Amino acid sequence: MAKVLDNPRPTLKERAAKIGAQIQGSQAWNSIFRPGSIFRKGYTDSPRNRSYVIMNSVLYHLHPVKVKRHAVKVSYTLCLGGLSFFVFILLTVTGIFLMFFYRPTGANAWEDIQTLQTSVTFGLLIRNMHRWGAHIMVLTVFLHMARVFYHGAYKPPREFNWVIGVVLLTLTLLLSFTGYLLPWDQLALWAVTVGTNMMGYTPVFGSQVRFVLLGGVEIGSETLLRWYVLHVLMLPFVIVIFMAIHFWRVRKDGGISGPL
Amino acid sequence: MTEIPEHLLKRAQAARDKAAGSSDASASEGGDRIPDALLDRTKASGAGAAVVAAAPAGGVPVGAGPGGHTQRLLTVVKSGSIQEAKAAPVDKVHTWPHLLAVEFVAALALTAFLFVFSWVVNAPLLQAADFNNTPNPSKAPWYFLGLQELLTMFHPMIAGVTLPGMGLVALILAPYLDRNASNKPEDRKFMTSMMTMFLIFWAVLTIIGSFFRGPGFNFTFPWRDGIFFEL
Repeated sequence: MAKVLDNPRPTLKERAAKIGAQIQGSQAWNSIFRPGSIFRKGYTDSPRNRSYVIMNSVLYHLHPVKVKRHAVKVSYTLCLGGLSFFVFILLTVTGIFLMFFYRPTGANAWEDIQTLQTSVTFGLLIRNMHRWGAHIMVLTVFLHMARVFYHGAYKPPREFNWVIGVVLLTLTLLLSFTGYLLPWDQLALWAVTVGTNMMGYTPVFGSQVRFVLLGGVEIGSETLLRWYVLHVLMLPFVIVIFMAIHFWRVRKDGGISGPL
Repeated sequence: MTEIPEHLLKRAQAARDKAAGSSDASASEGGDRIPDALLDRTKASGAGAAVVAAAPAGGVPVGAGPGGHTQRLLTVVKSGSIQEAKAAPVDKVHTWPHLLAVEFVAALALTAFLFVFSWVVNAPLLQAADFNNTPNPSKAPWYFLGLQELLTMFHPMIAGVTLPGMGLVALILAPYLDRNASNKPEDRKFMTSMMTMFLIFWAVLTIIGSFFRGPGFNFTFPWRDGIFFEL
């Protein structure tokens, strides 16, 4: 009797805990979750682990381990830069979804959007998110620029990062504008007609600029293909490079500016 | 191999001579190089008394100086001469959780807003593109409507290319033209007011182009003729 009391059969809970501990202690587990991960065995909230969380994550290590105290105040940054990046990620994800259902030709484009909205599960929702997200990104990038200006954050040593920021704003507008044409409806066609007519007045090279942009003398299927490639591949590629430099420079220039 | 400059050789020789001379001197003094004044002070203090008192009891340690001293004051170096703290300590917090939590909430809030908004409001999809049917008015996307509004006032080359180009160049040059090093709002009234005027000017143009322009891009009132605006 006494023996039974000393070694009772392990309960289900105890067994689960034991298996859990075994898995967490295994080589495979530890090879996946680097030190500082909350999934590691014996994780505790210590200054050391707080540092590891940042250092050992490919995404979080965009950040330094520690930031100035005023930098975490929402009232200082309004999160505008971070949100611009986040909306860009949302747009990439929703954009990839849209690419599955879209052919950039004059004969198919509008029909494909129509089909996407009416026959594809969540098609309408994802297209709405992509469109409204694009407008939000233009807004957040623009407001981010205003915020940075009013904080005098473009001053040394951050002059060049401001220049990169202006490039990013321009690229954001171009991304939004190239995407504007893709639904190939009346709104897209004539908005882009107005926009590209304006660019045709570039001094000296006006007609050449317009020809390169349109892939012809008038807007047509060639324009659609050209802007599609710009929108889904080339401009995102370029903007990601500039974003990488932008984020890197934020850290190299001593983190966020201020306090005022 | 680099030549050792002559003045350095001389200096090294002088140092060597000095060291040899002083070791002779210290040998003659029996190795005691603690200034008398310091020794007196140590003896006067309680610690000195303790050392003196302890020395007979425990015996003089090997290598100890006269009076049982096991430590010597070699030199006094003022902190400023060898170390200088240039950077003031910065008040910092850990990115996790302080910053990541804020970012996470902001991202979540934006996703929720975008999701609900997209659920409720559909993106426009008008009739398929038709080259033979020009809508009236034809408007650019909203962020270019300020430019389109400028088109009503200037020649297209000025409104469509020159002015926005100059605006971009001015933005790029801003940090190089602004020689004021302060980031305090009270020191930057000129730049702040310049930017504010620029932004208000632009916002007013965009709002007029968006809501106050109707068929033929003629001026209308949105409450009288309706809104001619698509996002």
